Amino acid sequence: MIDLEPPLLQVEGLSKLYGRNVACKNVTFKLWAGEVLCIVGESGSGKTTLLNCISAIQPQSSGRVLYQTRHAGTADVTAMSDAQKRLLMRTDWGIVHQNPRDGLRMGVSAGANVGERLMAVGARHYGHIRAEATGWLNRVEIDIDRIDDLPGTFSGGMQQRLQIARNLVTKPRLVFMDEPTGGLDVSVQARLLDLLRALVQDLQLAAIIVTHDLAVARLLAHRLLVMRRGEIVESGLTDQVLDDPQHPYTQLLVSSILQT
Amino acid sequence: MTASTGEVGAANGYDYNFAYLDEQTKRAIRRIILKALAIPGYQVPFGSREMPLPYGWGTGGIQITASILMKSDVLKVIDQGADDTTNAVSIRNFFARVASIATTEKTAHASIIQTRHRIPEAPLAAGQIMVIQVPIPEPMRRLEPREIETRKMHALKEYGLMHVTLYEDIAHWGHIATTYAYPVLVNGRYVMAPSPIPKWDNPKLHQSEATFIFCAGREKRIYAVPPFTDVRSLDFEDYPFRLQSFTQSCALCGSGQSYLDEVILDDEGKRLYVCSDTDFCAQRVAGGHVGSDPDALAAAKDGAP
Repeated sequence: MIDLEPPLLQVEGLSKLYGRNVACKNVTFKLWAGEVLCIVGESGSGKTTLLNCISAIQPQSSGRVLYQTRHAGTADVTAMSDAQKRLLMRTDWGIVHQNPRDGLRMGVSAGANVGERLMAVGARHYGHIRAEATGWLNRVEIDIDRIDDLPGTFSGGMQQRLQIARNLVTKPRLVFMDEPTGGLDVSVQARLLDLLRALVQDLQLAAIIVTHDLAVARLLAHRLLVMRRGEIVESGLTDQVLDDPQHPYTQLLVSSILQT
Repeated sequence: MTASTGEVGAANGYDYNFAYLDEQTKRAIRRIILKALAIPGYQVPFGSREMPLPYGWGTGGIQITASILMKSDVLKVIDQGADDTTNAVSIRNFFARVASIATTEKTAHASIIQTRHRIPEAPLAAGQIMVIQVPIPEPMRRLEPREIETRKMHALKEYGLMHVTLYEDIAHWGHIATTYAYPVLVNGRYVMAPSPIPKWDNPKLHQSEATFIFCAGREKRIYAVPPFTDVRSLDFEDYPFRLQSFTQSCALCGSGQSYLDEVILDDEGKRLYVCSDTDFCAQRVAGGHVGSDPDALAAAKDGAP
């Protein structure tokens, strides 16, 4: 691939140790604007830790995460101040948690959940915030009548869609998702994946999605990283990796899913 | 504020230091107050002491009062605007006993006013100190219970969450329905809970000539608004901050410009609206103002079983 523009995100030699346990070891990759990258691997392979380190939720043990900011050029996220990190997190980034309860504010209505990020970046006009929230609920297929209901009264699928709307309202360029379809039944999963695929395409979002579900990866991802014991064992275009796995572990992973 | 070192408080045989607290404690609290005044609206942690009354009854307030009290001070204590409620009377008596200072019910005569839930209607003058008892000093507590997180939000001036509460009000009630503990932005920097005063009293904080010291005894926080400080109530551009308005006027003094209490008179639902600030009301009555039903309260008291 020829680098015409600098990558949106560059992870360089990222490692994370928990005491003597290695969670991530020397992870290096690049992500370009509008690209969807899936990180797959079995439980305990360090996927979530890697995501948390990249998204500045957890400090890494070594390595750098370079991000192409909107206004200030390339910056090392891990060296940013708390204030800069938090600003990045609520403007240019979105973080979708596996459990929507972790990502939503359960005590306030759906509309307020979507509007919170707008208010956090200075929106002070109720009418505009309300209109924006309405638009986003529409977009993620939540009935407008439910705008003033608490997320606790929503189904799991709706909560997850609400969480996505809440993250996308400030038009981020990069979204981190940790098992976005985990805990949802298959039909709801399919609907959510459809929605995600459409949103990613419409908004030209870059996304890093952690999943153990190869079907999710196949449907959403342009590229794939396969992790095992904290290391990337294989990477490449999704179809290439899934159809012609090279590493024995990837072969095992691919052969373990039901063939249709 | 000169300390009266080691002086036994009362001539009547109680072996308390002047104003109950020992000098070292008063000194420590005064230092915290100075810090709070230097950073308007910022909650300064302090070592709250055990006081001879239960938490929630004003342990924060009396620690401040005890720390700043001097022999020349005249103390007024109000609770919900009234000088004659149990809590106000006990705290006033407490200081009269352990500090032998003069007390008053007249706002204009007081140099220190300890209060809960109200700021007096009469304009405050330069040199007066309002000591306000605070139950919950953290304005964002209800939405973000983690203290470590709210402290970070204050530090980084991330106050979007405060507007989420106001958004919720408008979404559910069509207007900002918060009527007390209405959040304010102090000096353009810190969002502050003005304790549960009605929002009616919020404008009195703005550019006031008096000093406001807030103290939460159980939560161990002191914060302050020094004189002539900007204090803005938060709002939306299309839903600006508004004071509540009363359709009635005070039954005793006829005032239409004061904050009113609703008093239920009997089991038949007969009710009466009177000034919540008893001193303000009494001054007006003394000045010849008469309301619609000046004898109603006395009559209700006489008629009580």
